[in-house]
Amino acid sequence: MHFAKGAVPEDYLAYVRRKYFWILGGLLLLFFMFIYSISVGEVEIPLYKVMQTLLGQKPVTKWDVGVRSIIWNIRLPQALAAIVAGAGLSVAGVVMQSILRNPLGSPFTLGISNAGAFGAAVSVVVLGTGKIQSTVADPIMINNPYLTTIVAFFFCLLATGIILLISRIRASSPEVMVLAGVALSSLFTAGTMFLQYFADDTQLAAVVFWTFGDVGRVNWLELKIMTCVVLFATIFFIINRWDYNAIDAGDETAKGLGINVERVRLVGMVIAALVSAVIVSFLGVIGFVGLVCPHMARRVIGDDQRYLIPGSTLLGGILLLASDTAARLIVSPYVLPVSILTAFMGAPIFIYLLLRGYKR
Amino acid sequence: MILSVEELEFLYRSRKILHEIAFSIEEGEVVAILGPNGVGKTTLLKCLNRILRPKGGTVHLDGNDLFDLGTMEIARIIGYVPQRVETGRLTAFDAVLLGRRPHIKWDITEKDLRIVDSVFRLLSMEKLRMAYIDEMSGGELQKVAIARSLVQEPKILLLDEPTSSLDLRNQVEILAIIRQIVLEHGIAAVMTMHDLNQALRYADRFIFLKGGKVHAHGGAEVITPQVIEEVYGLPVVIGEVAGMQCVVPGSPEVPFAHNL
Repeated sequence: MHFAKGAVPEDYLAYVRRKYFWILGGLLLLFFMFIYSISVGEVEIPLYKVMQTLLGQKPVTKWDVGVRSIIWNIRLPQALAAIVAGAGLSVAGVVMQSILRNPLGSPFTLGISNAGAFGAAVSVVVLGTGKIQSTVADPIMINNPYLTTIVAFFFCLLATGIILLISRIRASSPEVMVLAGVALSSLFTAGTMFLQYFADDTQLAAVVFWTFGDVGRVNWLELKIMTCVVLFATIFFIINRWDYNAIDAGDETAKGLGINVERVRLVGMVIAALVSAVIVSFLGVIGFVGLVCPHMARRVIGDDQRYLIPGSTLLGGILLLASDTAARLIVSPYVLPVSILTAFMGAPIFIYLLLRGYKR
Repeated sequence: MILSVEELEFLYRSRKILHEIAFSIEEGEVVAILGPNGVGKTTLLKCLNRILRPKGGTVHLDGNDLFDLGTMEIARIIGYVPQRVETGRLTAFDAVLLGRRPHIKWDITEKDLRIVDSVFRLLSMEKLRMAYIDEMSGGELQKVAIARSLVQEPKILLLDEPTSSLDLRNQVEILAIIRQIVLEHGIAAVMTMHDLNQALRYADRFIFLKGGKVHAHGGAEVITPQVIEEVYGLPVVIGEVAGMQCVVPGSPEVPFAHNL
C-alpha cells in the first residue's frame, strides 16, 4: 500500500509555523524576564549594567564590584534556579498528565512533594538538624541543609519506588498509579503531622520553613545538579514526544502503532519523579507549577506533544521566574518564598484561560 | 496468503478465552468476525497484532512468524483501529500524522506529510484537515482513526467494531470505504461486527465464534438460520430484499422475538 500522490498542504505548514512562533515568543519573553528579574530588588541595577556584568565586563568603580557580587552571588543563581525549577516541574507535569492519562497528573500526584516534606521533617525533628537564627534577613535556618536535602531526596525516591512496586504488580495501570499516589500523599502528610505534633517550637518552625519552596536557597553546585537533571529529562521527553502523542490517542491506538505502552509509562514516570525529587529536595515544595503550567500551555499551543513539551517547559520557567520576581518586590525589603506566589499569580490566569477555552 | 492462524490459544489468568482458532486470509479480502458479546472477538483481533500475547499457536503475517517480529515491524504490516478513540486539542492532520509513528526515525519528513495528504484525499476528507478532533462528530472521528491506520501503509487492517457508534449513513460510508480500499490496494481487512446484514454486504468471508472456538467459517453460505441460532441463541429468518440477503431476528411463530 503506497500513497505518494499527495502534496504538502500549505495551511498545515502555516499552522506549524504559528506553533514555532509561540515557542520563539516564549523564549524571548523568558529572556527579557530573566534580565528584568536580575535588575530589580533591594538594589536597583540598570538593565544595561546587568547585561554588561553577565557578558563579563570588568568592574570599573566600587559600585560595579558590588553589583557584580550581587548579580553573581544572589540574583543570577536565584533567577536561574527559578527558571530551571519551573521548567523541570512543568515538563514533569506535562509528561505525567500524558502517561497517567489524567489531567490532574503532576509531579506531586505521586506523593513526591509530601514524601519530601516528610523527609525534611524526619531530618529536622528526629536527626536534629533544625535551629533558629535570629537575624532579620534570615530568621530561620536549617543548620545542616545537606543532610536535610539528602533525607528529603531519599523519601522522594522511596515514594517513587513504592509506586513502581505497586504498578509492577498491577501492570502499570494509570488508575492504580494515581490512586496509589493519593494514598501515599496522605500517608506522608500524616507522618509529617505526627512529627510536627511532637516537635518543639524551633523544630516546628524549621519544618514549616522548609516546606515553603524557595528558589533563593540554592548554591551554584546545587543549581548545576538541578540543571543537568532537568536538561536531561527535557531532552529525553522531547525525543519521546511521538510516544506520548500516541498514548494520548489511547493505549490501544498506541499499541497498534507498535509502542510498548507499559515501558514508556514506567520510564517516563521514573524520570519525571526523579526531576521532581531533585527540585523538591533542593528547594522545598513548590506547588501549582507542575499541575497548571501544562494546562496553560495546552490552551495556547494545543495538545500536540511536539509543541506542548517545549511550550510547557518555557511557560514553567516564565511563571516561576515571574512569581519569584514578584515575591521579591511585593513586600520589599522582605522576600516571600516563591511557593506562596505561584498560586497567587497562576490561579487567576489559569481560571481565565479555563473560562476562555482553547485558542483557535 | 497474507495472514494465517493455527491453533491459536489465549488465556486470561488461566481462564481459556480462545482455543483451537485456525483460519487464513488472502489479499483483497474483507473478513468479518462475528459472535455474541464477550465471546472473544476483540481478544482475537488483538492477538493478531500482538497487543495481547497468545498462549499458544502460530500466527503468520506476510510470511513471517508474528513472534519473530518487533512491535514496530508489526505496526508497519498491520494497522489497528480500536473501538474507542481518544480526542485532544490537535488537528485531524496531526492526529492522522501520528499513524506514521512506526516509520518515523527522528522526525517526520516531507514524504510523511505527502502520504497523510493523499489519504485525506482518498477518504474525501480534505475539508476536515485542519479541524480540531475534539470538536468532531463520532463519524468524523472514526474516519480520522481509519485514516491514521491507513498512513501506516499496512498490508492488513484490523478494525474493532468500526461502525458500532455510527448512524446508518456513516456506517455504510465507512464500510464502503474499507471495502474499496481493500480491493484497490490489495490489502486485507479483518473486522469484528455485530450487524449481520452489514457483514453480509461488505465482507467476503465470515468467522463465527462460539465458546472461544471457531464455530463456522467460510463465505456467505455459512450464514444460515441454523448457524446463527446456534451462535446467538436466537431464531432468525433469512430473506431476500431487492436482491440482497437479509437477516431478520425472530420467526413467523415469534414475530417480535421478545418471549424467547
